[in-house]
Amino acid sequence: MAKQILSSTINGEGVEVLVQPYETLLDALRENLGLTGPKEGCGTGDCGACTVHLDGKPVASCLMLAVQARGRSVTTIEGLSDNGVLHPLQDAFVRHGVPQCGFCIPGVLMAAAALLAENPKPSEEEIRYGIAGNLCRCTGYTKMITAISEAAQAAVPRSA
Amino acid sequence: MRRFEVALPESLDECLRLLADRGPESKLLAGGTDLLPQMKNGVTTPKRVIDLTGVAQVHVLERDAKTGLRIGSAVPARQVELDARVRDDYAAIADGAALIGSVQVRNLASVGGNLCNAAPSADMAPPLLALEAQAVIAGPKGERRVPLSDFFTGVRTTVLGPDELLVEIVTPPPGPRSGGSYLRHTPRRELDIAVVGVASQVTLSNGVCAKARIALAAVAPTPIRATAAEASLEGKALTPELIDRAADLAVQSAKPISDQRGSADFRRHLVRVLTRRTLTTALARAGA
Repeated sequence: MAKQILSSTINGEGVEVLVQPYETLLDALRENLGLTGPKEGCGTGDCGACTVHLDGKPVASCLMLAVQARGRSVTTIEGLSDNGVLHPLQDAFVRHGVPQCGFCIPGVLMAAAALLAENPKPSEEEIRYGIAGNLCRCTGYTKMITAISEAAQAAVPRSA
Repeated sequence: MRRFEVALPESLDECLRLLADRGPESKLLAGGTDLLPQMKNGVTTPKRVIDLTGVAQVHVLERDAKTGLRIGSAVPARQVELDARVRDDYAAIADGAALIGSVQVRNLASVGGNLCNAAPSADMAPPLLALEAQAVIAGPKGERRVPLSDFFTGVRTTVLGPDELLVEIVTPPPGPRSGGSYLRHTPRRELDIAVVGVASQVTLSNGVCAKARIALAAVAPTPIRATAAEASLEGKALTPELIDRAADLAVQSAKPISDQRGSADFRRHLVRVLTRRTLTTALARAGA
């Protein structure tokens, strides 16, 4: 079967790209669009490293076919900052020294950004639950929760 | 994944035409949270995947005072979890939807997919069984309705033919003074499969239980109703002692196996505990 034209809004820009019918959204973002922020940690929706926003909601991009994003809006970690200005979450992660190997971080930030968009002042329990779909082998999550909590306290509401 | 074709229907009719043509070599795709892992593991190898993204009819979520709740088969669990109409009057359904996967999975995973995948541990099954939902199925000969209690035929098998599609799940209004709850036991908080799941739904009238429905997951080849336990409650005031006795009767309906998630004995213990807890919560919600 021939490649399909995927028309989508990616990180705020209208995009048209050719994709294979059997390509996942994660593959299309990484291979066809050069957006290597989202990562393949497991490929089965269990680790959260591939988390992107689909119409503002966090999803496992490894479980979507690229063609399912047609006519919809996708935001990756590359789209979280605004014209070079870091999102408060990114800023807090840097200042607190959250990343170790860094592999899980784009997924965690996208999950956390979606959490704060829905729940601007989450409790610690709510933060833990909000990133419960993201696995991290390195950090033990403690600094992540501190950083997310601080970013939430400091944040002026803005769209992710 | 092995290579496959994709079809992108824009209507239910178009979808049915596709299924009539090459149903047996096709798989329907809603959220993909069961289908894609199965395709990646080689468990299923369809030649063609039919994407339901463009089929409006399977994305409805509506509540009507008379006919009840309609959940389109492709509606994501997260949408059901957060919907105030579901949480208010069909709380057990919201409970079940909230437990599937993780947030990233729930924004994709469909209620219909959870039922059609038909794992014995399907989290949407006990709440919908306890609320006596019906499956609305479309096929070449038109539409048919199957009570959900007849929908599951075995482990990972349902009554759906290869040329049929689950369109929506209809749940009748439980009525005033009703309450329900779903609980499951998992070793991890998220991204896990129920060792046991129990849903309870009660309706009170004049201080006694007019109707009780209890459904169990992961303790039989299909999700099942605990009918003996239900019968023990109807017409009586729901005291803690009666609830305990119903919990014991629910255990008798269960036929669990021992596997890597738990022994049969542990599962029987969980049925007792979770039946007691969900009945207690259902009663509190009915009284509220």
